[in-house]
Amino acid sequence: MALNFWQSTLGKKIVMGATGLIMIGYLCAHLLGNMKIFFGPGEFNAYGHWLRVMGAPVLHHEWGLWIARIVLLAAVVLHAVSAYQLSRRDIKARPQKYVHTKPRMSYATRTMRWGGVILGLFIVWHVLDLTTGTTHSGGFQEGHPYQNVVDTFSTWYGNVIYIVAMLAMGMHVRHGFWSAAQTLGAGNHTRDRALKAIANALAIVLTAGFISIPVGVMTGVVS
Amino acid sequence: MTSYSEYSEYTEYTVGEPIQDEQAPSGPVNERWDTRRFEAKLVNPANRRKHTIIVVGTGLAGGAAGATLAEQGYHVVQFCYQDSPRRAHSIAAQGGINAAKNYRNDGDSIHRLFYDTVKGGDFRARESNVHRLAQISVEIIDQCVAQGVPFAREYGGLLDTRSFGGVQVSRTFYARGQTGQQLLLGAYQALSRQIAAGNVEMHARTEMLDLIVVDGRARGIVARDLVTGRISTYFADAVVLASGGYGNVFYLSTNAMNSNATAVWRAHRRGAYFANPCFTQIHPTCIPRSGDHQSKLTLMSESLRNDGRIWVPKAKGDTRPPAEIPEDERDYYLERIYPSFGNLVPRDIASRAAKNVCDEGRGVGPGGQGVYLDFADAIARMGRKAVEEKYGNLFDMYERITAENPYEVPMRIYPAIHYTMGGLWVDYDLQTTVPGLFAIGEANFSDHGANRLGASALMQGLADGYFVLPSTINDYLARNPHKDEVDASHPAAVEAVRETEDRLARLLTVDGDRTPDSFHREIGELVWEFCGMARTDEGLRKALDRIPQIREEFWRRLKVPGTGEEFNQSLEKANRVVDYLELAELMCLDALHRAESCGGHFREESQTPDGEAARGDEEFSYAAAWEFTDTGAAPVLHKEQLTFTYVHPTQRSYA
Amino acid sequence: MKLTLRVWRQKNPDAPGAMATYELDGVSQDMSFLEMLDVLNEELIVKGDEPVAFDHDCREGICGACSLVINGDAHGPERTTTCQLHMRSFQDGDTIDIEPWRASAFPVIKDLVVDRSAFDRVIQAGGYITAPTGAAPEAHATPVPKADADFAFEHAECIGCGACVAACPNGAAMLFTSAKVNHLNVLPQGSPERETRVLDMVAQMDAEGFGGCTLTGECATACPKGIPLFSITAMNKEWLRATRKVKR
Repeated sequence: MALNFWQSTLGKKIVMGATGLIMIGYLCAHLLGNMKIFFGPGEFNAYGHWLRVMGAPVLHHEWGLWIARIVLLAAVVLHAVSAYQLSRRDIKARPQKYVHTKPRMSYATRTMRWGGVILGLFIVWHVLDLTTGTTHSGGFQEGHPYQNVVDTFSTWYGNVIYIVAMLAMGMHVRHGFWSAAQTLGAGNHTRDRALKAIANALAIVLTAGFISIPVGVMTGVVS
Repeated sequence: MTSYSEYSEYTEYTVGEPIQDEQAPSGPVNERWDTRRFEAKLVNPANRRKHTIIVVGTGLAGGAAGATLAEQGYHVVQFCYQDSPRRAHSIAAQGGINAAKNYRNDGDSIHRLFYDTVKGGDFRARESNVHRLAQISVEIIDQCVAQGVPFAREYGGLLDTRSFGGVQVSRTFYARGQTGQQLLLGAYQALSRQIAAGNVEMHARTEMLDLIVVDGRARGIVARDLVTGRISTYFADAVVLASGGYGNVFYLSTNAMNSNATAVWRAHRRGAYFANPCFTQIHPTCIPRSGDHQSKLTLMSESLRNDGRIWVPKAKGDTRPPAEIPEDERDYYLERIYPSFGNLVPRDIASRAAKNVCDEGRGVGPGGQGVYLDFADAIARMGRKAVEEKYGNLFDMYERITAENPYEVPMRIYPAIHYTMGGLWVDYDLQTTVPGLFAIGEANFSDHGANRLGASALMQGLADGYFVLPSTINDYLARNPHKDEVDASHPAAVEAVRETEDRLARLLTVDGDRTPDSFHREIGELVWEFCGMARTDEGLRKALDRIPQIREEFWRRLKVPGTGEEFNQSLEKANRVVDYLELAELMCLDALHRAESCGGHFREESQTPDGEAARGDEEFSYAAAWEFTDTGAAPVLHKEQLTFTYVHPTQRSYA
Repeated sequence: MKLTLRVWRQKNPDAPGAMATYELDGVSQDMSFLEMLDVLNEELIVKGDEPVAFDHDCREGICGACSLVINGDAHGPERTTTCQLHMRSFQDGDTIDIEPWRASAFPVIKDLVVDRSAFDRVIQAGGYITAPTGAAPEAHATPVPKADADFAFEHAECIGCGACVAACPNGAAMLFTSAKVNHLNVLPQGSPERETRVLDMVAQMDAEGFGGCTLTGECATACPKGIPLFSITAMNKEWLRATRKVKR
């Protein structure tokens, strides 16, 4: 059963849609948490600490965080693997291009594949930069996320990578949310305007929200 | 010997033995079908798998027959020239399908449908066949609903019906303007199920080019794979032709471009009699041709005449735009000539009246071959919205083709060939004069007489395919168990293949300077001119003189590029034209010999004093079944005398 | 009108193809697109060249045979079938590119003719209601709510032309498959096979090598019969429901 499900193009799409929604949910929570950066290092660092004791005393130290990480990792991997397999299949299904071509899909639709790849690479960089500190620009300090963020956005490339990735994320979410709704069978004529509005709102709020952080650092609101 | 023309030997046909339908039981007409079904021998279900039946065509009749025979356990080998069985031209039927359900409680009954059909056919159809058709009509609707055909429904969830084609009861079931499509897809889906189950071996893009007759029985066909060009033979215990009508003889018709007469004509050449070829139906509400490039004509539902008013200018050669022609300079000729029926007179009358006014030089549009169908009054009376609801899709279609907005400018319409009532002669079992060869749907001649009523073609195709043939073919198979296997090495098969290959090779080697289409157009225009809406002795003789000349020129000047061993649409076309060039001749001869007017066949010599069709029942109350002798040689006429016990012939009157 | 036509010519399935250029004069605005090609072919035949092969039959927009990609659009610039497209949609002096449907599930047979038998096999996998002839109950025994009947009809209008596949950047057949699934699954007559139908048809669609859906909406834009994109959504819902109900 599970195998049949996974082998079908529809099954894979459903996996993509469901994992995509999980990630959108995570992004919303992530954004809300990040907004604390505008309230100073104390509040932001305390939030960073809370993430580690989340669920206590039921959960052991960092268990909550690791559960979230595992779920997210699984979502990213399933999302990426199904996207990869479906894309390969799609390209094979249309081996010969038309001589007369014209762009017609919306930009967000056309950039799903490359946008997805960009986001994948970004996630790796983002984790190495701000979670493990491996590629962090100025002395990474465990437990001082506020300063780490400020450091990252004090370099030109940190800003460029982040802002480009967030724009890609916005477009990915815009088509992705609506698309997931269709894949999961939730769309119809009457609901479509609402779904599109939600998709647009999500895309704009998430993009603007995340970009506000480097902008804040650059303008000195956050320092 | 009856001699007609001093020029054409073809007109010197001989009258052979009368022919009779020996399968229809006697007794009350409403019991005959039950009696026949009971008397027919059955094939043991366990033995059916051993019987192979070839079905040519996948329209309503063929698709339904293939599916049903396969359900019964027969091994069906089916063919269509299209790339998929779903594309047969039944798909283009718009209006609806009649059935004597009497859901409206408006006085309909099987007997009334029977009566209307016999009368509508102008008393040239068999009572027993027509009654059976009316009986079965009821089951067809049940069958189609069970298959998921999305008929129009009312708010209560029950089926909607409408009145159609001038009858006074609402017995026409419909699916918007796409009834044919929906019924065909139902049959196609039933067929698909049998293909998946391995009971039907489907050969798409494969065209039947000849019939193989062994020891007097139809045992197989020669067919060409249209993709590879390969000629193959297929063998069976019986062959069913469901290949449709021959309206494309006229070049311009509402038939599909590739609909053709080759299967029936080749069967005719192998011994199947061809009945009433001159009975062709002309539909009054088609979109007129826009120029010489015209490749086909598009029909618009007759329902338009319910609210549109037909007119032409009173003055000849009046080229003013319609809006500038004042009311008193317009001639609403149908309302004038037929005050009680007005714009709703039957198809043939409406068509001829349009031809007459155009012949007088009062036609409108390019070439003066059109009349106005005006909705201005309907829009004023019902409001534009109501008109849009009722006819919106037809108006859109019209606008797409003509680029004129019918809400503002009157539509232009002109009659076009639409259906052929004639076809292979069959008995009550739908068997032709070649044992083992059956013809169903439009390919046979049986049920519509000289004129078909609206919404009856779908009914007949499905009746034949779902119910009649699957009952009657058992009897033939049970009585004729073929012990001897026939294969491609049989002399009859070898001969048929050789003839086919020779014909195709000859078409490819003429290497002249004219395209197959140019000949098709020429023969079509000739037949339309002289064997179209109105026919005269003189005109038909002219046509009969001209046809052999065209045929001679065809074999001298034809050009077909490419080879026979590949996908070659020019070759396909040329091969079909070969048969049109012979069939056209038989149509004209049939029209010439039938010196009466009846139904779709109007002989100008045979009119009532007020210009209506005058039937000649004393002399012509028969179906004319023609026996082939040779190309261009006089055929033999076999008459099937028609008797009317239940519906007594009366002269139609619509004045 | 005078036109320059650039047409895909390919001798057979195995031969390489290429665009060939033809000049065509004397084209009338009233011609349908296929009548314009007829004129070209008549000229080619007389010159001794091979005419351009293309599928066509009813020429009234219902059989679904015609299948040309015109200037990059399946069935050309209007929302209709190629046979119902008229030359008044083009300008004098235009260059028109004419290509066949492109999808690996629709291999080219010759020139502009492709093999769409994959569609037939998708229908064979379950696009029917099992109702052997003669076994049908009285038609009025099961009323169908008008809304359901209309929904079924809207989807039953599909003509199986394949424009959806041709237009889809992934060569997906989702719109075609969903149209039939929705037509039959909404009807009470279709409910006994509701789950197996959608599962089997989707499996066959995949097996034919059609791509997956990325909801670009190209299919619905190209569909000459206006089958809506939500048809795909509805099928997704049916499929999900069926995977829950049927254990395979």
